Order: sequence, then structure tokens, then C-alpha cells
Amino acid sequence: MSDRQQPTNARLIPDRLTSRLKDNLMSWPSLLLVVALLIFLANSLASPYFLSPWALSDATFNFTEKAIIALAMALLIVSGEIDISVSGIIAITSTMMGVALQFGADTTTLVLVGLSVGLICGAFNGVLVTKLGLPSIVVTIGTMSLFRGISFIILGDKSYKNYPESFAYFGQGYLYWVISFEFVLYLLLAVGFYILLHKTNFGRHVFTIGNNAVAAEFSGVRVARVKFVLFCLTGLMAGVAAILLTSRLGSTRPSIARGWELEVITMVVLGGVNILGGSGSVQGVVIAAFIMGLVTFGLGLLNVPGIIMSVILGILLITVIALPTLLSKFKNRQ
Amino acid sequence: MNNFIKSREFWLGAAILGIIFGVSLRAPNFVNFANLADIFNNTSMLIILALGQMVVILTRSIDLSMASNLALSGMIVALINAAYPEIPVPVLMIIATFCGLLMGAFNGILVWKLNIPAIVVTLGTLTIFRGTIFLIAGGQWVNAAELSTGFVQMTRHLFIGLPLLSWFAIVIAIGFFIFMTRTSSGRNLYAIGVNPTASVYAGINVGRTKFNSFCIAGALSGFCGFLWVSRYVIGSVEVANGYELTIIAACVIGGISIAGGVGSVVGTILGALFLGIINSALPVINISPFWQMAISGSAIILAVILNGRSANKKGRIILKTSEDSS
Repeated sequence: MSDRQQPTNARLIPDRLTSRLKDNLMSWPSLLLVVALLIFLANSLASPYFLSPWALSDATFNFTEKAIIALAMALLIVSGEIDISVSGIIAITSTMMGVALQFGADTTTLVLVGLSVGLICGAFNGVLVTKLGLPSIVVTIGTMSLFRGISFIILGDKSYKNYPESFAYFGQGYLYWVISFEFVLYLLLAVGFYILLHKTNFGRHVFTIGNNAVAAEFSGVRVARVKFVLFCLTGLMAGVAAILLTSRLGSTRPSIARGWELEVITMVVLGGVNILGGSGSVQGVVIAAFIMGLVTFGLGLLNVPGIIMSVILGILLITVIALPTLLSKFKNRQ
Repeated sequence: MNNFIKSREFWLGAAILGIIFGVSLRAPNFVNFANLADIFNNTSMLIILALGQMVVILTRSIDLSMASNLALSGMIVALINAAYPEIPVPVLMIIATFCGLLMGAFNGILVWKLNIPAIVVTLGTLTIFRGTIFLIAGGQWVNAAELSTGFVQMTRHLFIGLPLLSWFAIVIAIGFFIFMTRTSSGRNLYAIGVNPTASVYAGINVGRTKFNSFCIAGALSGFCGFLWVSRYVIGSVEVANGYELTIIAACVIGGISIAGGVGSVVGTILGALFLGIINSALPVINISPFWQMAISGSAIILAVILNGRSANKKGRIILKTSEDSS
């Protein structure tokens, strides 16, 4: 028995040092990048309209809002928690901005209302999870219904319209030529989140908590506070997304952004973040957002209905997650 | 007795009776057999689905694809019925259940053999199943005119004062009660939820059991797909859209711990009934149905807080520390 176990143990110890370059090339983000480039290539071959600056700029609109939430959600999932309520936060934030509009709020006030409502909702989730020690997946299913429910109570079957013209800039404006405000904001936030997760102590704490929350606690990491901050950040990003989306659509309905939570989580998981927590990277999530955007837009140019795109994204999600396990099983068999 | 009074089932039952009593003060005709039977009938499918979800959650997994599975199975039998009305209805029932079982098995095999977390698998299959409806139906609806009367009447047959739909829920609930409390397969589900490692040493095949739980949830979803089409006389892409979270809500309100291993059949049924009663009571007391979502959301949060409280039982000291014993 013991001599049969020897080889398996020996295999765990690498016989040579791993090369940094090879690791980088074989890493999840680089694999995703290859997938993204292939999709880009396929798209430009499949449709003659794809490779125009305006078309590509249009393509960014359908995923930037979700991608902004995915940045914060990635950190949250790395820490071992999850927030299902983000689409509910968008609904309530958008509704509250509409309410503020009825009281004659100007663009600055609208933005402030949007950011603070998002932050408050995130903090509410954070308190429920960290102070009361509840499982985030169920709590946020509850708050999702609660948040969206409140906008249904306020709005019913009506909608808010007539947002000020200057407010439309956030979701529709261009900074320079075809480069939209939304897209630049997304890139800036992505850099910000990259630094936060990969270059700061806070980011290391997030990884530590995701790997072993108890050990983190004993090492002096303030687990509850870090998690609380992450919930607030996710709420805030949902608030930002709500501002952009409301500005882009120019109206608020209680059913706004319905089902986004699953798309955002798909984006994060596709980006290589372990759904059980402890590992992941912001680069991966950013590339995954581009993949999802490119797939959706390219198929749209080919007149593929939206629901078929979601099937393709679903298959993509499962294959991408299953692939490493399948490959290692195949290797072990040989 | 004392345990019973402290139990989730007792409080949930009391809350349901309290709501019924409160509503009857405003609307006296709310409490009569016909109306309550009607509410039960409307909640039947939620009960069946929640029981399926319960089995999955007990094993520390989750099935987000149940509503899509339901819609796809329903669409398959609706299309078969529209094309070949001569096929007897019980055969359709078996086909729907079998389709659901296959989809559940697909989820289960990915969780079992590839070790992918259940939430990721079912998040993917959720969209895949629903998109497939669009593919097989070409984006069309199957409406009342295309379905055979036998199919549509199936769930409406009265049997000892209750529609057949209610009887399905009752029979399945009793079956589950026996399965969960009286069979070793049922107890295994609890065991691997409480402690998967210990279960392995106890000789339980954890992966296989999870696979089985997904099959059960899938088969019940398929069966409900058949019931849904018969009851609401429609097959479409939009059937039960977003219902997966309502099913989980019923389980959570019923006291099932998302961490696995805790929960009962009676609790789950009461959790589903609680949502059903709230949904039917609101219009009666003149509260806009737009309040429904916020109220069920609050109910879920409250239920989770209560679940958390009961789980925070103090541990028992088995061995005294050295200072104590000296």
C-alpha cells in the first residue's frame, strides 16, 4: 500500500523550478485573451460591418455597465461571498433618482443620489452578512426582491422619464471621436480595481479571507470589516451602473436590468475567479467582459436572437470551467 | 413538546394561521374551504418544486436551473401535444418527467464527475435550457387552441373535492416525508450535508448522492413543466422566468439551511404555503400586488435571520480543560 502511494506523492513536488514566463503564458487571463482574439477574428470574418470604429464603439455599450459591477463582484467572490442583489440595487437606485427628479433635482444631485443609494444598499447587505453572520447567497436573494420590490411599490406600472439633457451625457456622451464616456470610466475603474486587488494590503487580505477566513482572523485581518467594505463597493458600483444605464435609456422602470445578476456572475466566473473564493484576477474579469461583449455584438450583427446568445454564453461558461478538470483527467489517464 | 414549540415548523404554521386570521378580519369570506383549497391548489407546484430544491440544498448544492428545466420540459410536451393530439396524456406526463430527469442528470454529472460547483453549473444550464425552448419552438408560443382538451383538463379533474393538481402535491409530499425520514437514501442526503468527509468514511458515495439529488430535482421540475402547461394553458419561452429564486425562497423560509444538512419536508411545505398565502391575501385586503415582491423579500431576510439564530446554538463541552479538571 505504502509503496503504491509513493509515486503520487513524488509527483506533487516539482522536479524543476517553474518559469515565470511560462506561468504567465499558461495563466487563465492569457488563455482568455486568446479566446477573445479568436472571437474578434471570427467576428471580423463573419460580418463586414464589424470592423468599423463606430460599430466597435457601439459594441462596448452593451457590456460596460455589467462589467463595472463585475469588477467589484470579482473582489467579493474572491473573498468567498456573493451578491445576487445587484440588479435589485440598480432598480432601486434608478427609481430613487427618478423620485429626486420629481423634486426638481439637477444632474449633480441625481448623480449624488445614485451613488449614495447604491452605497446604502451595499452597506445594508454588508451589515446583514457581517454583523449577523448570515450566508450572503440567501441574504442577497432576499434583498434583491426587497430592493426591486420597493421600486415596484414606488413606480407600479408607471415609469420616470424626462431626465435633464446634461444627465444623458453619462450613458450617451463621447469624450473624443468614438471613445465613449462610459468606456473610459470602465477602463479607469478597472485599473483602480486592479491596483486595489493586486497591489495593496487590502487586496492581499481579500485573498487571505477567501482562502481561509478563520486563519485570516487569527492573523489579524479584520475579516468582517473587509467584507463589509467589499459589499459597500459592490453596491456603489451597482449605483454607478444604475446612473449610466438610466442615462443611456433616459427612463426608469421597476423591471430595469432584470436578470443582470446572473450575467455579472457569469462574467466573473468566466474571468477565472474561483466561485468558492480565494483566487482570481481583475485582468481575467476584464477580458471576460470583452469576450461576452464581443460574442453578443458579433452574433447580433449576424441577426442571431438574444436568447440564442445567452445559450452560447451558458455553454461557454460551463466549457471554460470544465476544461481544466477535463484536461487534467485526460493527462492522468495517460 | 417543548422542542416542538421551539421548532421552525411550529412558528411558520402559527404565522400562516395568523395571516389567515388577520386577513379574515378584513375579508370574512377569505376563510372558507373553497378559497383555502384554491390557494393550496395555486401553491401545489411551488411545493413540489421546493421539495426538489430541498433535496439539492441539503447536499450543500443549489439548482438554479429548475425553472428553465420546467419551462423546457413543458414546451416539449406542449409541442408534442399540439402536433400529435392522439398521444394519451399520461404518456406526456412521463415524457415531461423523463426530459426533466435527463436535464437534472446533466447538471448532476457535471457536479459529480467534473467537480464544478453546483451554482456555476446550474447558472450555465439555466440559460442553456431556456434558450433551447426558443430553438425547438422557433420563437413561437403554444397557445390554448393548439392544446388538446384532455391535456388542459388533466390538472382540473376533481377528485374528492380537490383538483388533481392538489392531489399530485399531496402524494409527492407524503412520498417525500417517507423518503426523507424512513429510508437510508433519504438519511444519506442529510449526512453528506452535515459532514461530507465523515459521510465518505461512513461508506456513502457523496458524488453519487449529489447526482441523485439533481436527478430528483430535475424529474420534479419536468413533472411540474407538464402541470404548468396544463394549468396555465401556455407553452412559451417566458414560462416561469425568474421562478428559480422563488423556489429557493420557499426553501429558505421553510428553514432549510443553505449550508446543507438542515431542513425538513414539513418546513419546506409550510415555506411554500407561506409565500402562496401572502400572494393570495394581498389582493383581498386591497394591497396593490406591486407590494408582493418587497414583502416576500423581507420574509426571506427575516427567515434567514431566524435560521441563523437557531444555528448559533452553543457547543457542548465534552472534554474538560486541564484547569477545570485539576
